[in-house]
Amino acid sequence: MKADIAPRLQLRGITKRFPGVLANDDVSFAVRPGEIHALLGENGAGKSTLVKMIYGIMQPDAGEISWNGHPVTIPNPKAARKLGIGMVFQHFSLFEAMSVLENIALGMDERLGPRELSRRIAEVMETYGLKLDPQRIVSTLSVGERQRIEIVRALLLEPQLLIMDEPTSVLTPQEVEGLFATLRQLAKRGCSILYISHKLHEIKALCDTATILRGGRLVDTCDPKAETSRSMAEKMIGGSLKDIRKGEGRSFGAPRFVLRDLSTRSEDEFGVAIDRASLTVRAGEIFGIAGVAGNGQNALLDALSGEVLGERADAITLDGTAIGRLSPSERRRKGLCAVPEERNGHAAVGDFTLADNAVLTARDRLGMVGAGLVDRRKARSYTDKVIGAFSVKALGAHSLAGSLSGGNLQKFIMGREILQRPSVLVVSQPTWGVDAGAAAAIHQAIVDLAAEGSAVVVISQDLDELLSLCDTLAVINEGRLSSPLKVGEASIEEIGLLMGGVHGTEAEVHINPGGGVAVEA
Amino acid sequence: MQWKLEKRPEPSRTMVYAAPVLAVLLTAIVGAAIFTAIGYNGVGAVREIFVTPILNPLKWQDLGIKAAPLVLIAVGLAIGYRANVWNIGAEGQYILGGLAATAVALSTRDLAGPWILPLMAIAGVAGGMAWAVVPAALKTRLKVSEILTSLMLTYVAIQLLNYLVLGPWRDPMGFGFPQTPLFTADQVLPIVVPRTIVHLGVPIALVVALIAWFVMARSLFGFQIRVVGAAPQAARYGGFSANKTIWLALMVSGGLAGLAGMLEVAGTFQRMVPGFPTNYGFTAIIVAFLGRLNPLGIIFAGFAMSVAVVGGEVAQTTIGLPNAAVGIFQSMMLFFLLASDVLVRYRFRRVGAQPAGSAA
Repeated sequence: MKADIAPRLQLRGITKRFPGVLANDDVSFAVRPGEIHALLGENGAGKSTLVKMIYGIMQPDAGEISWNGHPVTIPNPKAARKLGIGMVFQHFSLFEAMSVLENIALGMDERLGPRELSRRIAEVMETYGLKLDPQRIVSTLSVGERQRIEIVRALLLEPQLLIMDEPTSVLTPQEVEGLFATLRQLAKRGCSILYISHKLHEIKALCDTATILRGGRLVDTCDPKAETSRSMAEKMIGGSLKDIRKGEGRSFGAPRFVLRDLSTRSEDEFGVAIDRASLTVRAGEIFGIAGVAGNGQNALLDALSGEVLGERADAITLDGTAIGRLSPSERRRKGLCAVPEERNGHAAVGDFTLADNAVLTARDRLGMVGAGLVDRRKARSYTDKVIGAFSVKALGAHSLAGSLSGGNLQKFIMGREILQRPSVLVVSQPTWGVDAGAAAAIHQAIVDLAAEGSAVVVISQDLDELLSLCDTLAVINEGRLSSPLKVGEASIEEIGLLMGGVHGTEAEVHINPGGGVAVEA
Repeated sequence: MQWKLEKRPEPSRTMVYAAPVLAVLLTAIVGAAIFTAIGYNGVGAVREIFVTPILNPLKWQDLGIKAAPLVLIAVGLAIGYRANVWNIGAEGQYILGGLAATAVALSTRDLAGPWILPLMAIAGVAGGMAWAVVPAALKTRLKVSEILTSLMLTYVAIQLLNYLVLGPWRDPMGFGFPQTPLFTADQVLPIVVPRTIVHLGVPIALVVALIAWFVMARSLFGFQIRVVGAAPQAARYGGFSANKTIWLALMVSGGLAGLAGMLEVAGTFQRMVPGFPTNYGFTAIIVAFLGRLNPLGIIFAGFAMSVAVVGGEVAQTTIGLPNAAVGIFQSMMLFFLLASDVLVRYRFRRVGAQPAGSAA
């Protein structure tokens, strides 16, 4: 690269302190024009804080931001957009009931007539091969299409730097390919891209440079194509990565957990209903359910945990007993434990102590209630046991759940369920928003539970996680489950097609023998 | 420049408990200023309302018997509020409790025995609960807001009371006054402190509050109420039915309001009169919040509020403050309490001219 051109964006010694934490500590790096630059780090490494300062949402305590060679201060996002910095957030801010065009118009700083705006939108879409009908109502669009609205919105400003925050977490593999094509084209036209992610193979496939943050400090700036995924991961977590230890030649026992045509009604008009789902999980088997966000994963978990009841008792059986009409407590007594995706306010109560959170789901199986009173000593000792066994970083059983970091709370929740020794464990997004170290511990605990003969169902949007963890895989799309695929025999393309809604009946599904599962550890 | 409310990382524990005291102080200061501004003796009004009842021993018994129904009703309401069940109609449930107890009293006039009072108490509880059945059923079956239904039923209860004392229950020997005959000796609560008007209702309220505190702190029922209020989804996941909790909360708050109505009619009025509803059911809402929705706190809050109630009566006679002034003081107290609660949990922060975080 030419060294004489001023970098598009240069950070020198950026420091940002929050009460009790140093979110960014003396971070310096530069993004060249037309470069796709990865910002890599675990949750809590300081990526978001750094990006918020670049986009003007926060101000650095110390350090300097230079834009095309000139030092600048960016007081607010409007100023950032004026400079030519666009950002696509992980969580979209769109009005469901309005059209694509109206949503884009609302987000514009300058006022344009609808005709002029339509013309410019059409221009941008044509240039970058983005497909989107401006008249469609947002609530009818898929997540991938919604992201395209945000991208179009950012591109209308003709940005010189586009910040993408975890853009692929909601996309199918095919949609990811489409996004990458757009980003590469954008870079070729000279727009720099700051790409935030923790998905290493994506960074290897897309980015020219990677800046790795850990604990607020810059660890390394490297060329991802010259690194392995493993070496980058180890820089990211600052230690060596543990592999999941699965026993060799595992064999499965009898079917323990069986769904036969389980259907539920959706709880509101925007929800997804489960439509005739069937699956069989054997003792010792880990059954994965893949799918793009919002395709009924939560509805499935609610139906399995008993929070939402289906019509027929025999739609769900556990060791031959029909449990389809039992409440969550009754299912727990029979041996079914579940962990929903949302930690705060669903799997745990933030305002409660860890001990009270243990009472929430462990009281029946572990006898924490006698004569209508909560046995606080038993609750405390079980909580201490979970904290110890899962190395949860907490002051003790009296800590408020809300005071724990996401990863630690997730370890606590997983531990709370796993140490109840359930016959069936159903978990949704077990490592969502959890750092790599905690994720490895959680994965190992799931594998160990299965090795003891439990049947485990893992619902996740992270395909890599499912492929490395599970024995069998099904895909959920709009509330319907595909037929099961054996991990190791299924190809990523095929799973991607199922995720995108191309339903294979059993006859149509072709399982490529040895159709290389493209994951790198 | 704009101001923004920002959540504090952790609310200060001292401030959580200091907020009610602060609210009372602010009420006194602002109240004094307002009443001075509109031509009353503002400082005198505040002194009569907040200080006289405490310093004058003759008023102490009034404090006790006014605090008892407030505490009883507020404890029930607080249990519901903890579970996000907003029963605003305790006044109606209180009236129904009084009416049910009166019905028992009127039909046992020719009988004697210590069983009559317990029967009246049971009837009172049942009457309060019955009035809470309607909002509970509408809420759980049709998702009708219990705030509206419970409040509206209060006015139905007042009409029912007026109909009964003007019609079927009017004392034939009462010179046409709209009231029932006086209760008999076996239908009236015994006095617990000799030579005062402090009746059995006062210790009952204290004991009920203590039991409620234990139940809320230690039992699975209390745990259920707290989970449903703090995180409804987590409650469902933990196996607690939201509908069952709504029923329980409304039955407890309705039942305790009904019991308060029975104690009031059998202890203080000793007959049913059109003036039976004295806004205890509404004032108890303030007491519940002033007591931090904690039964122990409610005992103190109940006494504090009865100071204001008794003081309001004193101020009416001594400095001619209108009756509505007491309501203004009570409302100010709730207002300042809720406002300081917000500031305990949040703080003001200046932000730039542009609201942040607008990707859009």
